[in-house]
Amino acid sequence: MAISPTAVSLPCFRTAGLTKTYGEGEAAVHALRGVDLVVPSGELVVLLGASGSGKSTLLNILGGLDSASTGTAHFRDRELTAMSGNELTRYRRDHVGFVFQFYNLMPSLTAEENVELVTEIASHPMDPGAALDLVGLGERRHHFPAQLSGGEQQRVAIARAVAKQPDVMFCDEPTGALDSTTGRAVLKVLQDVNETLGTTVLMVTHAASTAAMAHRVIRFADGTIRDVEVNETRRSAEEIVW
Amino acid sequence: MSTLSPLDRKLLRDLWRIKGQATAIGVVIALGVLMLVMMTGLVNTLEETRQAYYDRYRLADAFAPVARAPDRMLERLEDIPGVAVVVGRVTGAALIDLPGEVIPVRAQAVSLPAHGPARLNDIYLAEGRLPDPDRADEILLLKGFADARALSPGDTLSATMNGARRSFRVMGLAQSPEFLYTTAPGEIVPDDARFAVIWMNHDALAAAYDMRGAFNEALIGLERGASEPAVLDAIDRVLEPVGGLGAYGLVDQASNFFITEEIKGGRKNAVAVPPLFLGVSAFLLYIVIQRIVQAEREQIGLLKAFGYSNWEVSSHYLKLMLAIAIGGAIIGSLGGIAAGRAMAGVYQDYYKFPFLVFQLDPRSFVTGFLISVLAASAGGFGVLRQVFRLTPAVAMRPPAPADYSRTTSADGLWKRLLDQPGRMVLRRIQRQPGRMAGGALGIATGMALSVGMIGVQSGFGTTLDLTFTVLDRSDAQVTFTEAKSDKVIYELGRLPGVLQVEPVRYVPVLLRHGFHSHRGAINGLLASPELNRALDDQQRALTLPDEGIVLSTTLARVLQAEVGDTITAEVREGRRPVLQIPVVAVADSLLGSPAYMNMRALNRTLKEPDRVSGAFLRIDSAAQATVFETIKDMPGVAGIALKADMRASIQRMMDSGMGMMRFIMLGIAGIVTFGIVYNSARIAYAERLRDLASLRVIGFSRGETAFVLLGELGLVTLAALPLGAVMGYGMAAAVSAAFSTEVYSIPLMFDAHSVGSAALAVLIASVISGWLVKRDLDRIELVSALKTRE
Repeated sequence: MAISPTAVSLPCFRTAGLTKTYGEGEAAVHALRGVDLVVPSGELVVLLGASGSGKSTLLNILGGLDSASTGTAHFRDRELTAMSGNELTRYRRDHVGFVFQFYNLMPSLTAEENVELVTEIASHPMDPGAALDLVGLGERRHHFPAQLSGGEQQRVAIARAVAKQPDVMFCDEPTGALDSTTGRAVLKVLQDVNETLGTTVLMVTHAASTAAMAHRVIRFADGTIRDVEVNETRRSAEEIVW
Repeated sequence: MSTLSPLDRKLLRDLWRIKGQATAIGVVIALGVLMLVMMTGLVNTLEETRQAYYDRYRLADAFAPVARAPDRMLERLEDIPGVAVVVGRVTGAALIDLPGEVIPVRAQAVSLPAHGPARLNDIYLAEGRLPDPDRADEILLLKGFADARALSPGDTLSATMNGARRSFRVMGLAQSPEFLYTTAPGEIVPDDARFAVIWMNHDALAAAYDMRGAFNEALIGLERGASEPAVLDAIDRVLEPVGGLGAYGLVDQASNFFITEEIKGGRKNAVAVPPLFLGVSAFLLYIVIQRIVQAEREQIGLLKAFGYSNWEVSSHYLKLMLAIAIGGAIIGSLGGIAAGRAMAGVYQDYYKFPFLVFQLDPRSFVTGFLISVLAASAGGFGVLRQVFRLTPAVAMRPPAPADYSRTTSADGLWKRLLDQPGRMVLRRIQRQPGRMAGGALGIATGMALSVGMIGVQSGFGTTLDLTFTVLDRSDAQVTFTEAKSDKVIYELGRLPGVLQVEPVRYVPVLLRHGFHSHRGAINGLLASPELNRALDDQQRALTLPDEGIVLSTTLARVLQAEVGDTITAEVREGRRPVLQIPVVAVADSLLGSPAYMNMRALNRTLKEPDRVSGAFLRIDSAAQATVFETIKDMPGVAGIALKADMRASIQRMMDSGMGMMRFIMLGIAGIVTFGIVYNSARIAYAERLRDLASLRVIGFSRGETAFVLLGELGLVTLAALPLGAVMGYGMAAAVSAAFSTEVYSIPLMFDAHSVGSAALAVLIASVISGWLVKRDLDRIELVSALKTRE
């Protein structure tokens, strides 16, 4: 999918009246109840909210992992909500990197091979080794996930997401399974990626303190946006406490 | 690094991770393919070898026995259009006396041409040298007989020819395409030890049988494209005035008939049985792969989230399945070639081929690979379609806990009867009936295979038992050189030690019905015989009516005749009348394809009253030796056959000929059945590993945890047993039909024995498999089992 160069000045994401309903009738669950949102390019955005508030659902739709029930979502000048399955696959392949709460590394592949899994199919990938160096794991590239600690596994997952040099990175509770020291290290990596590579980062989290490092904080409740806060001054990830 | 893509490396590591299971599936596939490649290769080899042997040693296309024809008639035979070569030779019946044997061995003496190799029916000299053309006492002996009787070149033996006893020196041992199988006249099955072939100089043999300047058998080689029936008719017309006994083609030649039936049986077997095995393997592969892919749900979601397309992901999993299937097929093919070659060697010895033309059937490889690959793909595609319908986000989340809420209907009862693990087992089965049914069906298919193969083993036994205890209740059978007055029956009955005598009249005939014909004999029996009987399908003795003929089931099938039809019998001896006889009953015979008539009616029809060709005897076992001694010296006795010997030789034929395959197949069926049961256990283990580890963590003991897994396995296995019994019926029918030939029929045996043994085998396999997975379960490291995402 070609995105025209002029499109770069456009906001990274725009949504209008986005809803998502699971199930039908009485059993229906309204995960999103009409979300209108603009995410400028190059920002680090934190999505806060309780469990079931809809933040992960939004992340999944913007990441091309799930479809919306009604409403529209745009990535730059392309309407995600109008894309076919194949187009969404191309979109994920060319523009998106994912970091998950439980790392989701392939247990049968080494750290480096897990990164290669993505660089293999990306159009302008980094060297997998460089991506691992970026997260400070260059030395452990030949280790299997089972031989790495949780924080290390998450850093491999970030390296895997960064290595394709995506336009946008989605992180679903990236520190959810980590202690605070390890979590800070992971957040630092994400902040570095955002600042040095200019990658737009959308991060879903429970931890409200994380908001301090974001350009923009979006709070969710009951499937809608409660408020959006733009931070004038941001803290470094190292200063965050939770 | 290496040139392998990360996905391919994942593939290799995944294969390594599931190596136990992959091996078990691969072995099952390999055995199916092995069976196919081995059987078709074996049958092809036997067919090619037989043909090459026939060609190389110039086996005649037609045979024309005659009472005595002057040599000049050979020219008239040569003039028949379509005849390429004619050779006249002398053959004669002989009895060989062996030291220490009361019963003389029947033999056929055959003349060797005076000069050079025979133009037709040449021999292969396996040992020693040819007889000196000038010596009358030098002979060659059929190698099979010599081996069975431990005779070798240099030995001497005495034989009675045309009433005169003579002494001979064995100069060499020979083999011939004409005598691959040797059967004593009047007997159904071949036996190396009890029938011999002697080759000797033409002049000496002609002198012994009073055939100087004459021949009593013409061998005919046909021109390419000649019409065999027309030539046979013409030969019969030429030889009729000098006592022609009816020319016949190679199809009716005894040795060729047997080997043809064996190969035909093998062919039928190769077509019918390996696909059953392959089908079972394919089905197993289908089930296993479905479940492997289901377990990879999250990894599929992850790959899709990264932007791998459906096709890329599915091809990854297809590769995994194909690796197992193709790996199995390759091993099976190689194993099949090796097994086929080994078996061909065994059969080479058994059929006494001097050489072997090993010939595989390329189609069997293609079929084997195709079936394996298709089964693997079908198994994979079925699931992938289902998995791909999920959006990657859904696939990414661990599957929601399966909804067990609808399984609580009988909760009250359960709570009283079952503890917590017991309820877990039952709920899981209730919750995923499809998966459980698939597992039960897989085990049932494996069991069905064993039911069929075990049934066939007892089928062979039944054939023998029925023939030799129910149908034939005599101790021995005497055959005369030609039909004699029935006074001989009284003589036999008067011998001390003979308890009962029953006459029999054999009349060689060509039976025809429509376009179908069969060369054999009519057995004339008493109206209600007691020693050798015809039985109906309920194993009740049939009374032979004064009119009409009773056909065995095999013969009725060959002739396509039913009760009420009239068949034509062309008698091949005496005045050679052509009779029209109504079929009055069908008899259930499992050996050969006999036809029965009331002896009195048969003799009346032939206008030869009170003639007998032989007799069945019941003998006091204490007096057996004296009785044989006396009978042997009675004039006109061609031979005596002990029922025990006949039974033993049939048993031997069934165990070393194509029938031997049943043992190999039973072995393979056992391995396949075990493989399937073991696989079911492994899959259940892999699927539930995390749950089981969680149980351990919250304080369940090893035993309780194992119960959750093994209880499920046990119930699935129990469900499989009745299903396997039902499917086994079909399998047994297919396998017994595949093993039946015109020489012997294998009845469908579906009884408590075969079902019970197969069920027992499944249960034993379950216990072993259960023990193997329990061992693994006891060893799991709880923490890593919980952490690892399967």
